[in-house]
Amino acid sequence: MSTLVENQPAWLSRLREEGAARFGQTGLPTQRQEAWKYTGLNRLKAFGFEPAPAGAASGEVPAALVEGTQHRLVFVDGRLDAATIGTLPKGVILKGLADVLRNQPDIAEPLLGKLAKTGDRPMAALNAAWFEDGLVLIVPRGVTIEGPIEVTFISGDATAACHPRLIVSLGDHANALLIERHLGGAAGGFANQVAEIELGAGAQFRHYILHAEPSVSTAVETVSTRVGRDAAYRSFALTAGGGLVRREVEVALCETGAAAQIDGAYLVDGERHSDATILIDHQAQHCASRQTQKGVIDDDGRAVFQGKILVRPHAQKADGYQLSQTLLLSPQAEIDVKPELEIHADDVKCSHGATVGRLDADALFFLRARGIPEAEARGLLIQGFIGGALDEIDRPAVREAFGKTAADWLQRRSESRS
Amino acid sequence: MLSIENLHVSVGDREILKGLTLEIPAGEVHAIMGPNGSGKSTLSYVLSGREGYEITAGSVTYDGKDLLAMQPEERAAAGIFLAFQYPVEIPGVPNATFLRTAVNAVRRGRGEKDLDAIQFMRLVKDKSRKLGITDEMMKRAVNVGFSGGEKKRNEILQMAMLEPKLAILDETDSGLDIDALRVVADGVNMLRDPARSMLVITHYQRLLQYIVPDRVHVLAHGLIRRSGGPELAHELEQTGYAEFADGKAA
Repeated sequence: MSTLVENQPAWLSRLREEGAARFGQTGLPTQRQEAWKYTGLNRLKAFGFEPAPAGAASGEVPAALVEGTQHRLVFVDGRLDAATIGTLPKGVILKGLADVLRNQPDIAEPLLGKLAKTGDRPMAALNAAWFEDGLVLIVPRGVTIEGPIEVTFISGDATAACHPRLIVSLGDHANALLIERHLGGAAGGFANQVAEIELGAGAQFRHYILHAEPSVSTAVETVSTRVGRDAAYRSFALTAGGGLVRREVEVALCETGAAAQIDGAYLVDGERHSDATILIDHQAQHCASRQTQKGVIDDDGRAVFQGKILVRPHAQKADGYQLSQTLLLSPQAEIDVKPELEIHADDVKCSHGATVGRLDADALFFLRARGIPEAEARGLLIQGFIGGALDEIDRPAVREAFGKTAADWLQRRSESRS
Repeated sequence: MLSIENLHVSVGDREILKGLTLEIPAGEVHAIMGPNGSGKSTLSYVLSGREGYEITAGSVTYDGKDLLAMQPEERAAAGIFLAFQYPVEIPGVPNATFLRTAVNAVRRGRGEKDLDAIQFMRLVKDKSRKLGITDEMMKRAVNVGFSGGEKKRNEILQMAMLEPKLAILDETDSGLDIDALRVVADGVNMLRDPARSMLVITHYQRLLQYIVPDRVHVLAHGLIRRSGGPELAHELEQTGYAEFADGKAA
């Protein structure tokens, strides 16, 4: 444990000490723990968890994912490296966390560690012990931020650990869209991110996450979201890179009418591993949740989807739905799907479905009979499957940008086979 | 154009085609009629190159080439087109994207240059209008949410775009009401050409009132039992397939 921020306030020292103590007790999660049954972190044993000293970016910072993006923050090894912030509505705070902790720690105090509980989450505890920087987005009541905010994470030349912390707080009826883009770097590295997202009554938050790191990278994310009355949290994560990417998302639908949509697509080839572990906690009446997860798994790739809908005793009229669809393209490819419904109320509508299959032989023949060579026909079918997943993104510019990343993945895949 | 000689085809242990012989000269429209289970769809799939059919004897020569040695996509490039009885739905792939991919794949196979987006749109606009296919249908995923009639019209649009030399229409009338049937038949008739042969496979005579064939063949128990002019179709409408039920040639 360290004092990464000089002269840090007592509450922050306490948060870190608690995190360090907790992680000291548990260490890295093991596959004996139910939540980690299908994802092992052996590859992290070579890492020290102390953040590497500040270094330079290994490559150029790419253009924004969505053209015309006004607000961008670029992090290198978890530290804010560059920020271009356009004109923001009055009262909005969009800054690096280290900056806030240095200059306005009072803003962070009520939010940091409020939602990310470390009790049964060793990785969140580890983050608490070591985080240095990250994002602070605070949108006051009634304020809408037009256009996307993009945060880009790249890693430097050294193999390094980093522990970014994202704090998002939207006031009542506030509205924002965040794109999180993980590009890693050739040296690899380990990013252990924690996000805490709090949405006031009627707030709308769209959260799009893209993993496009090289296969040497490891990313573990713990997202804790609290959704208020009639508020909506919509997220879509596309995992097209990273040697191991685990996203553990917990959404608490705390008040009447809260809604969440947690969608994702994972494209897993080589020996890569992708894990989406989602818990939707219906705590109040008339809450709705949707989860659509679609995976394409090739070679020796492996994916995990654990999705749980929990409906508490008073959460009547809950409407929960979960769908998992997976395409397996090679005999060694593997998906572990664990859907769970835990329902303690009696007036609810909850359902789930899961399919695992190969490319449709009828469709493949149809395309070939129309003159499309077999490899191209397979590509088109995979693209169609991914396209169906991306349709869940209701912002066309983001959908298009994610579609391009997916197309690049397909292109690389077909080139590596020809 | 197409010459089928003594073709024997099995699926698993079952022999479906038992020595079928058929000759289709260039520019002619031939109809194959037959009861369910006679081997009609097997014939269309074998000609278009679907997997799962074992050819135990015989040959198929198309344009002087051994058709059975060719991959499905090579056959398409060489001018074979199968209009599917049950057109396949392809979620996530827009109809226009699919069609352009197919047209350019076939053009490449024929040694022609790709059509660019503008050339393609111009061509497809003209042909789709004649078939009552809307821009909206071109944007939707291939056949997803299409009615039976829309699916069949979409097949004919693909045929018009790919300009085959031999079109095989497999039960194109199935599932169509009379209005939809007329639109599809008109579309097919527009594509009749001295350089284009067609093989129209159907259970019922109804389709052949609209697409009038040069020759009619009766397929039953894996063999052509009778051949004749268009009048044979009318005769079958009266008598049905009862006389072929015993599996012996008439």
